[in-house]
Amino acid sequence: MLSFIKRFRTESEAERFNAVRSVVVKVDDVVHPSLAEMGYANEEELKFAIYDMLRTIKDPEKPQTLEELNVVSEDMITVKKVENGQVPVVRIEFNPTVPHCSLATLIGLTIRIKIQRQFPQTLKLDIYIKKGTHSTEDEINKQINDRERVSAACDNDNLRKLLESCIKEDD
Amino acid sequence: MCKLCMQHAACLENRKCMRKTSCIFNETLHAQIEEPTLIILIINKSCSEIINLIVSRMPQQLDVIQKLSAHRGKVWSVNWHPSGKVFASCGEDKTIRIYNQEKDAWVMQAVLSDGHTRTIRDIAFSNCGMFLASASFDATVSIWDKKAGTYECNSTLEGHENEVKSVAWSVSGQFLATCSRDKSVWIWDITANCEEFDCAAVLNLHTQDVKKVVWHPLEDILASSSYDNTIKIYKEDPSDNDWTCTATLTSHSSTVWGITFDKTGKRIASCSDDCTVKIWQQYEVGNAEGISTPDNEPVWKCVCTLSGFHDRSIYDISWCKLTGLIATACGDDHIRIFKEADNSTKNEPIFDLETKILAHKQDVNAVKWNPVIPGLLLSTSDDGDIKIWKFNNL
Repeated sequence: MLSFIKRFRTESEAERFNAVRSVVVKVDDVVHPSLAEMGYANEEELKFAIYDMLRTIKDPEKPQTLEELNVVSEDMITVKKVENGQVPVVRIEFNPTVPHCSLATLIGLTIRIKIQRQFPQTLKLDIYIKKGTHSTEDEINKQINDRERVSAACDNDNLRKLLESCIKEDD
Repeated sequence: MCKLCMQHAACLENRKCMRKTSCIFNETLHAQIEEPTLIILIINKSCSEIINLIVSRMPQQLDVIQKLSAHRGKVWSVNWHPSGKVFASCGEDKTIRIYNQEKDAWVMQAVLSDGHTRTIRDIAFSNCGMFLASASFDATVSIWDKKAGTYECNSTLEGHENEVKSVAWSVSGQFLATCSRDKSVWIWDITANCEEFDCAAVLNLHTQDVKKVVWHPLEDILASSSYDNTIKIYKEDPSDNDWTCTATLTSHSSTVWGITFDKTGKRIASCSDDCTVKIWQQYEVGNAEGISTPDNEPVWKCVCTLSGFHDRSIYDISWCKLTGLIATACGDDHIRIFKEADNSTKNEPIFDLETKILAHKQDVNAVKWNPVIPGLLLSTSDDGDIKIWKFNNL
């Protein structure tokens, strides 16, 4: 505070400063909600909630769910310690059903879309194929984390229908 | 004890001369002041009396002037008109919105909603200010003009196989560049009055998705950046009008999302999914540093890497031609401003982080410095907002 006093030694300087300030219209500041405000006691609880969303996603070509096929499991979700005012960063790894699974990209995309819908605005997602489980994992990892490509994919009607059918919950 | 009380207590201890002024900090004032707050005391020469007291919001280096929330869904891009008095935005809602300044506020002047059938990814005004180009995931580029009083789409450029990611007009006004996920960069030759756009070159030199095209600020030299982690520079050969790639800049370890020239065009700043910003310096043929220039073309060297500043992928970068400040748009929802240090040199530049601000609720997609008004910055985000910022420490 003292440094500011030093900086604005004269009244005219202060007035000039205030004149600059007066054009600034106050707009609500951006504040990310805390975990508690999102309704979770801690990172572990958020992780379970995310897993609960993933487990019911259906495989694009099989009748089973991702949980039944062991594509996803609880221990493959990591929620980075949420510091004050930060957005939770969630890393999800998944096991493709076979090492050359052609639908790994689609599974990754489905996981992202379902979580983004459930958590509008409040999560940062990193989705990866579990290391050593796919022949072209680096390529797929880059693709499913490229937000522009993800957006373009969701813009595509056919792909969108397929995604919806995987996400759709049975009553 | 509140921050103000502590500071006041410190004043009492260290500056006995201010004791008389304690009455100013009464309880009412305490209750009214919320952080962050700046209090300026104007005191007389002998420090016995307060002449004036100014209570103001704490100044931030980067302050938001206005928020515009007209778009539905992601706002992908924004760009200034060369006059600096108008800007356009585009996004997921397939619309282009044009804003101009009325007194102190920016007001939406037009909505263009009939140009594209999918997300509009990028827009750019021509340097003459007469035309606006938009690039869309529907694989087309539309050219809009205001000849009839309102913006109308009078040309649609087809040729790309899929999503067009970026569009840019050359400084001379003779060329338009576009790029796409189809891995190609197209250069369009513009006839007088922008009546026709002929394809001058299809450059298939990137091995992946091309994310951005940017022209040199003074010459018709083009730069493109890609998912293949490289940046490429292109120039027209005047002897046969063929466009060729004169340099490939490799150093980033993931997608290069954005590139921006400085005002001289001799430097490029790039931002990447690898969470770094890199500064590249051009070395001309016969340069004093003795850097070899094979093929008699200038070479580009990475002379500075800014790492450790960004927490997630960096989506856009803007180098202000007026102030030399560099702004970045990051996936961690922050805008950062970098300034070249006083002891910076051509071959070993040093850039300091001037300010970092939580700017949006979601990923920041674009940042653009105003071309005429120093320190005025636009940003757009997935949260649907456009924000206009003023940088205070010029």
